[in-house]
Amino acid sequence: MSEVVEAHAGHDDHEHHGPAKGLARWLFTTNHKDIGTLYLWFSFTMFLIGGVMALIVRAELFEPGMQFVVPEFFNQMTTNHGLIMVFGAVMPAFVGLANWLVPMMIGAPDMALPRLNNLSFWILPFAFSIMISTLFMEGGGPNFGWTFYAPLSTTYAPDSVTYFIFAVHLMGASSIMGSINIIATILNMRAPGMTLMKMPLFVWTWLITAYLLIAVMPVLAGAVTMMLFDIHFGTSFFNAAGGGDPVMFQHIFWFFGHPEVYIMILPAFGIVSQIIPTFARKPLFGYDSMVYAVASIAFLSFIVWAHHMFTVGMPLAGQLFFMYATMLIAIPTGVKVFNWISTMWRGSMSFETPMLFAIAFVVLFTIGGFSGLMLAITPADYQYHDTYFVVAHFHYVLVPGAIFSIIAATYYWIPKWCGRMYDERLGKLHFWLSFIGVNVTFFPQHFSGLAGMPRRIPDYALQFADFNMLSSIGAFIFGFSQVFFLYIVIKTIRSGKPATDRVWEGAHGLEWTIPSPAPYHTFTHPPRITDAEAHS
Amino acid sequence: MNQSSLRTVRKLIMLALGMFGFAFALVPLYDLLCELTGLNGKTAGAYVYDPARESVDETRTVRVIFITNTNADMPWKFWSEKGGVEVHPGELHTVNFFVTNPTDKVMVGQAVPSLAPGLAVDYFHKTECFCFERQVLQPGETMEMPMRFIVGSELPGHVASLNLSYSLFDVTDFVDLSTEDAANNPS
Repeated sequence: MSEVVEAHAGHDDHEHHGPAKGLARWLFTTNHKDIGTLYLWFSFTMFLIGGVMALIVRAELFEPGMQFVVPEFFNQMTTNHGLIMVFGAVMPAFVGLANWLVPMMIGAPDMALPRLNNLSFWILPFAFSIMISTLFMEGGGPNFGWTFYAPLSTTYAPDSVTYFIFAVHLMGASSIMGSINIIATILNMRAPGMTLMKMPLFVWTWLITAYLLIAVMPVLAGAVTMMLFDIHFGTSFFNAAGGGDPVMFQHIFWFFGHPEVYIMILPAFGIVSQIIPTFARKPLFGYDSMVYAVASIAFLSFIVWAHHMFTVGMPLAGQLFFMYATMLIAIPTGVKVFNWISTMWRGSMSFETPMLFAIAFVVLFTIGGFSGLMLAITPADYQYHDTYFVVAHFHYVLVPGAIFSIIAATYYWIPKWCGRMYDERLGKLHFWLSFIGVNVTFFPQHFSGLAGMPRRIPDYALQFADFNMLSSIGAFIFGFSQVFFLYIVIKTIRSGKPATDRVWEGAHGLEWTIPSPAPYHTFTHPPRITDAEAHS
Repeated sequence: MNQSSLRTVRKLIMLALGMFGFAFALVPLYDLLCELTGLNGKTAGAYVYDPARESVDETRTVRVIFITNTNADMPWKFWSEKGGVEVHPGELHTVNFFVTNPTDKVMVGQAVPSLAPGLAVDYFHKTECFCFERQVLQPGETMEMPMRFIVGSELPGHVASLNLSYSLFDVTDFVDLSTEDAANNPS
């Protein structure tokens, strides 16, 4: 391996000149590592903006009664928090990780479509500037919940909804282009010998996620286009007076929306499947079954959408179908959880920060999965629907699920990205603050939800006061510990100790065979795939 | 970009465009599914009454309840002469509904029906209904609107009562008043 690296390092000297200088490097770059970095910083910025919105919500809910904001603004905060976290933080973070890691993991020199890659990133800052700017417009920004059900988002929407629609179109275009790029890279640019069933699981999960994105982002674009026509061109897709149907909006939205939630978790499965074997010092248990489980989850995600709408009125047969189909997802998900546990079983485990986040992922994501199973029970869902129980459920799968996996990935690969180790002591502190913060925030919400507290309300009945105060305290702990994370990352980049090439004793995979920090161009000559570096 | 990448990209772009089209195809598919299964309680259009074909089932009584609603921002008054009627399956019935436009503007209304339980829509036939067309009301005008219906004798035995609900929408902004006037009120 080292021969190949040296050979191409020498080769670089007279053919490439490394990154351009200054701002132009970032504006015009077609390098997968630069674009990955841009995606990651962008998503972190969005994470902090969305986080501030969440803290405004939690500050208002600290006590019953109205303290800080007016209800209209509160609604804009819940809506934009959801939209920004889903489309601005979680999804671009995963795309950033894919950009950085997929070519290095499959031994490709870059992404298949580098210029498209640049475009799909640079659309995003515009999309989110447009969306966030609506908050400062007359009448305010989106206030109809991140699910933007019609007619709330059409007939009764603020005037700025057109900007929102355009922003969603841009985000969709960006995701579709990014996905096309990722699939084209994985299918066509693998190094010789890197067969599909030797690919690292992160690559596998992203391949399937990219297909999901291409299948459902156009459906979302269709839904917002119909909204646009209803609002401006007198059509009646969702207007009952003109022969349309508001319930149809929910069907179209959730046909997109359910695969979307797997888009936000499948790459997380991939990350955890890379990290756990490294620190358990054992190969991943049941690699093949992991791949098949991810594929089955992706397939099932298309036939369960109406479990979000049990209460809109549906015949018994429909309710039974969607209930059983939803519960079926627990089987492949269970396969994954048990495989991770079996990987750790009798391994020589060590608990560095990435491993701590990965183990917390397995435990807390499973809690979120179980509350999902409770919600899947149709008759019980009538009680849980639109309560804080739902809020607790999807935050358990998204925060200690998706977000923890992204944080784990950052700690795990940052030594490869910038050639420096993070401070282990600070990393562990960050982990424990996040772990405690996230549970104090979201665990009490199960109880307030079961007791009947509705979601998306700025004020609440007195009996929910204690749980809400606890939840708000946890939210501020979690929020500020992410600012601490920013500090740790900056400290690592500036003054971390130099990292070795292999970084982790138990790490396997092509990305660990190249120097740290990863050179600007890698694998300009395809590497030889050895058994040791095939899927870890 | 090499040839194989190009082929992959072409296929994926087709897939994305196809799924965009699929979102719009969901609209007629949704209506078709609702029509086939009666899922959302949309009643069908005008029914042709043939006394020879209908057999009145005197042994059975079904209660039909009428609910009238005006949608948000619709200032009209909307009511039915009766809250409900007891009918025998196969009998033709007439119930009068009324609307008043209390504003000082010419307005257009559209009533949208919904029947519960939804699965009974196939057995609820309307020969005449104000919901088949729009209503144009002059300022202060009141209109009487007969609705004639038959509950089909094939109505499943476990259905003892039907709820017919009308929501009245203000569609003034959606129609061209000059043509609508001529079409609906040829006076």
